[in-house]
Amino acid sequence: MEEEMHTDAKIRAETGTGSSPRGPGCSLRHFACEQNLLSRPDGSASFLQGDTSVLAGVYGPAEVKVSKEIFNKATLEVILRPKIGLPGVAEKSRERLIRNTCEAVVLGTLHPRTSITVVLQVVSDAGSLLACCLNAACMALVDAGVPMRALFCGVTCALDSDGTLMLDPTSKQEKEARAVLTFALDSVERKLLMSSTKGLYSDAELQQCLAAAQAASQHVFRFYRESLQRRYSKS
Amino acid sequence: MAEAASVAAESLAGSRARAARTVLGQVVLPGEELLLPEQEDAEGPGGAVERPLSLNAGARSRVRVVCGPGLRRCGDRLLVTKCGRLRHKEPGSGSGGGVYWVDSQQKRYVPVKGDHVIGIVTAKSGDIFKVDVGGSEPASLSYLSFEGATKRNRPNVQVGDLIYGQFVVANKDMEPEMVCIDSCGRANGMGVIGQDGLLFKVTLGLIRKLLAPDCEIIQEVGKLYPLEIVFGMNGRIWVKAKTIQQTLILANILEACEHMTSDQRKQIFSRLAES
Repeated sequence: MEEEMHTDAKIRAETGTGSSPRGPGCSLRHFACEQNLLSRPDGSASFLQGDTSVLAGVYGPAEVKVSKEIFNKATLEVILRPKIGLPGVAEKSRERLIRNTCEAVVLGTLHPRTSITVVLQVVSDAGSLLACCLNAACMALVDAGVPMRALFCGVTCALDSDGTLMLDPTSKQEKEARAVLTFALDSVERKLLMSSTKGLYSDAELQQCLAAAQAASQHVFRFYRESLQRRYSKS
Repeated sequence: MAEAASVAAESLAGSRARAARTVLGQVVLPGEELLLPEQEDAEGPGGAVERPLSLNAGARSRVRVVCGPGLRRCGDRLLVTKCGRLRHKEPGSGSGGGVYWVDSQQKRYVPVKGDHVIGIVTAKSGDIFKVDVGGSEPASLSYLSFEGATKRNRPNVQVGDLIYGQFVVANKDMEPEMVCIDSCGRANGMGVIGQDGLLFKVTLGLIRKLLAPDCEIIQEVGKLYPLEIVFGMNGRIWVKAKTIQQTLILANILEACEHMTSDQRKQIFSRLAES
């Protein structure tokens, strides 16, 4: 009897603004999102991008240990569990990036001396994992009713050896790419909240990727809006 | 004329502040900005209109609008902080622009002053009880906050008891405090909840729906069996009927009410009434 809302959307994003003349049109993979699927957490969401799937649960605002409490805002914790094996340094570093993004957006001052915990479980990894984690975390925070000043989304770009820009790369494309850049953008003015990059790229290419990510984020936010509208239309 | 005021006030792509009136009943997302009625007239078509300073302060109509849950004051606009449907309530009488709030679905309770809640006593330390209300901190309840309680005549409250009380202090900076008497010193239904019965948890939205003035669900449930029921605004419901089976049926109906349409509900009630 869980309220399930499955929204599928096939999204295509074309980068027409100043992209490489040799590059083909880029597209984001098929999105799907489901909210309120777990009974224990205060908010939960599952986000699918192509074959990459992440499940997120949010607990909060809840009790916090005295050693971790902050007197004037909420303590945000992010826990990322990989699909197999124990969490390692890569997970820790991703947790930190996601936490910094969430802290910029969540209104922690409304709940001082409490803790908001986001738990992410990787269900399958087929490229663009960090972006999918960001999207799942955002949907779960909205589902839990945590006050936020904006929504955020993650978009991944990959640059291959001849400078072609690919949005939302698969794991194969990521391995062969010369650089992989992940951006977190907010919904109000498409400002950059977080960027994590790996590889070799020039300044102009960075700006190009950022512009492409900002254009693609519009589609992600439209998908968020549609899926939330569908959820509330059932009640 | 005035409706032209819903023209976008911002030129940034994708971010427009919309008039609150035009968005009523629609789903709003965190990050959206809403214009209040008085701003609409100021920011009409034409953007930067120069308004002469007026010596008569009363010439500008000032409407006092209350910003409810899910909304924050951001400059002279309302910023939406939670996802849900935007609602508005006209002021009952006199001045004021009414209340705007966002109807969102949530499971976690945040203590609010004046709310009646069901709590579970978790500890007894000296003269106060620590009561778990489902929020981020346990609330404190003094033993003198019961009807007819004095220093010699202490109330009979044990760890694990259910308490129905209201918050007198509940803000983000202080530990919540609750009492089981009203302002006149009478219990008014509050206090320790009796033996037996079943406590279960539902979402906050369902509680608000059930406590709305003409809720059909409660009327229909009342016709089925004689029962005792207590609703806590923190998402907890306590039910007690004559037999355990009836109690469990009631608990299942109330939990399922959230996802059923009214037709499905009527079907279930008629089936139960027959058996």
